[in-house]
Amino acid sequence: MSGKGIRINGLRKRYGEGDTAVDALKSVDMQVAPGEVVGLVGPSGSGKSTLLKCLGAVIAPTAGEMVLGDEVIYDDGWRVRDLRALRRDKIGFVFQAPYLIPFLDVTDNVALLPMLAGVPNGEARKHALDLLTALDVQHRARAVPSQLSGGEQQRVAIARGLVNRPPVILADEPTAPLDSERAMAVIRILNEMAQEYETAIIVVTHDEKIIPTFKRVYHIRDGVTHEEAGEGKGFE
Amino acid sequence: MISLAGRDILHSWGKFVFTGFGLGLLIGVTLVMAGVYRGMVDDGKVLLDNSGADLWVVQKDTLGPYAESSSINDDLYRSILALPGVTHASNVTYLTMQVRMDERDVRSMVVGIVPGESWGAPGWPPYLVAGRQITRGHYEAVADVATGFKLGDILTIRRNRYTVVGLTRRMVSSSGDPMVFIPLKDAQEAQFLKDNDAIWQSRRRTEVNPAFNRPGVPGLLDAINASQASSNSVNAVLVRIAPSAVPDEVAESIRRWKRMTVYTRAQMEEILIGKLIATSSKQIGMFLVILAIVSAAIVAFIIYTLTMDKIREIAVLKLIGTRNRTIAAMIMQQALALGVIGFAVGKITATYAAPLFPKYVLLMPQDSIVGFFAVLVICALASVIAIRMALKVDPAEAIGG
Ligand SMILES: Nc1ncnc2c1ncn2[C@@H]1O[C@H](COP(=O)(O)OP(=O)(O)OP(=O)(O)O)[C@@H](O)[C@H]1O
Ligand SMILES: [Mg+2]
Repeated sequence: MSGKGIRINGLRKRYGEGDTAVDALKSVDMQVAPGEVVGLVGPSGSGKSTLLKCLGAVIAPTAGEMVLGDEVIYDDGWRVRDLRALRRDKIGFVFQAPYLIPFLDVTDNVALLPMLAGVPNGEARKHALDLLTALDVQHRARAVPSQLSGGEQQRVAIARGLVNRPPVILADEPTAPLDSERAMAVIRILNEMAQEYETAIIVVTHDEKIIPTFKRVYHIRDGVTHEEAGEGKGFE
Repeated sequence: MISLAGRDILHSWGKFVFTGFGLGLLIGVTLVMAGVYRGMVDDGKVLLDNSGADLWVVQKDTLGPYAESSSINDDLYRSILALPGVTHASNVTYLTMQVRMDERDVRSMVVGIVPGESWGAPGWPPYLVAGRQITRGHYEAVADVATGFKLGDILTIRRNRYTVVGLTRRMVSSSGDPMVFIPLKDAQEAQFLKDNDAIWQSRRRTEVNPAFNRPGVPGLLDAINASQASSNSVNAVLVRIAPSAVPDEVAESIRRWKRMTVYTRAQMEEILIGKLIATSSKQIGMFLVILAIVSAAIVAFIIYTLTMDKIREIAVLKLIGTRNRTIAAMIMQQALALGVIGFAVGKITATYAAPLFPKYVLLMPQDSIVGFFAVLVICALASVIAIRMALKVDPAEAIGG
């Protein structure tokens, strides 16, 4: 589905202008293959969230190049016209907090994305249920988010991120609210999903316990990335 | 696609029902206000309908007998009756006053009619719900049921006492006061008669006037006193014309020959609705405007708060690719739903509250329909602020720092 995963070259982002300008990203180079889960770590204020926002087509970078799959989405300017459709179809988001829609039940929280893309309700729900089953929360399918545990909510949020089979998933501290056992479970799920759906996944994290699970880790400091080989020791 | 607005309403239905209920009471008041105005117009029309007259002959250059006072001679009706096209001409007096019965008094319009005239003469109550019409020349009354009087009750009007012999319904003055019919002579006395001291004084003045008190002319002084004490004025002559006659033509001939002011039914309606209740209707119009603004402010505030509570979710919806149109539609549908709930509550409230009002409240279906669409328009407009705020929400907020 996704030819080349994610490729970022010389990405820069400057907030504001003149004296108050902040260069949040100075020179970011990254490459994530389909089916790969990479970590993105760095101290507070180093530019992690900014990078995810650029990659997620939520804010515009200042310069550089971003390629998703086989499509150049940014090259010193947006190369796609409908960023909303790009987000809907190509990018899955998983946040630190699950941010589920409180008035929709679990199934519809997940099914909403394909519905927004015009998939008939029945088909979208069936697809959502398949994913919920894979993530082992199908027994809570009719509940509303407030009736779920934190870990269950996070799994639903992951299902929502995966439901459109996006070539890219961006996860911002997805394990922060979870205990280490559940955090590991979430990372395992992300790895399985990456394998199964050929998805390129970037996980921003501070979590010392999960960093060793990545095969590759990008360090970011003052807006500049350095790639390091991770320990990649898996889960068990 | 599922209805986001519908799901949100189902999820927090308590909030919607309660605010819809509050809004509904406001809408109910608005509908009743409109009903009060309709009731006033209807009272005026009913007054004209039930008078059974085609023409009203009143004092020259007055807007009588309902909007201004009018006084004309009580034998004028004879010469009007002689004019071509006129089938009935009846003297009538109108006097709004407190009618007493035992300890309580009721604000009523006392109508003087000529007893013994043929059934259904203009000015007479056209139908009774109990009892009979006035047959004697004095001290009988027919009262509207809204006065609360019953057959056989003894009423006090000025110095005299009257027995209620008949009851009628929906006979009201233009300001909604129920009518009490009494014989014309009594009514003239009630309206025009001076009190005892005044009569006494004028007699004394007459007695000391040598021109009236002549030793050689017996009976002169008594005749003069009697003429001073009795009244021969009425407020109007109600005229009914032959079916073939043209009201404007007959009115014109009365104007020309009798030098009186004459109003046709259409002109009378114009006076009652255009002049008499014009100020009241402006008053009510002002209230309606204020209520509309207050309702709009409430809906705007509620929708704004509900949207504020959902800022995070809206940011997420935007981030995952929801179109602005979908989000705007969600907010607007919620505002409209609130309007529909409010209207339903308001309509029910108004329907049950209307009969409790002392004066007639007429709820017209067309007012409800207009009101319904006005509520929807107000709600749609009120949601604009919330929609604008929602559209400004940055999807980046969902990712956070
Ligand atoms: N909207 C903005 N306007 C101006 N400066 C910003 C804005 N957002 C972030 N910054 C700045 O850009 C830099 C990078 O911020 P960013 O949020 O990407 O950091 P982060 O790595 O996610 O940090 P944390 O780990 O604390 O979440 C910081 O210096 C921050 O102050
Ligand atoms: Mg951050």
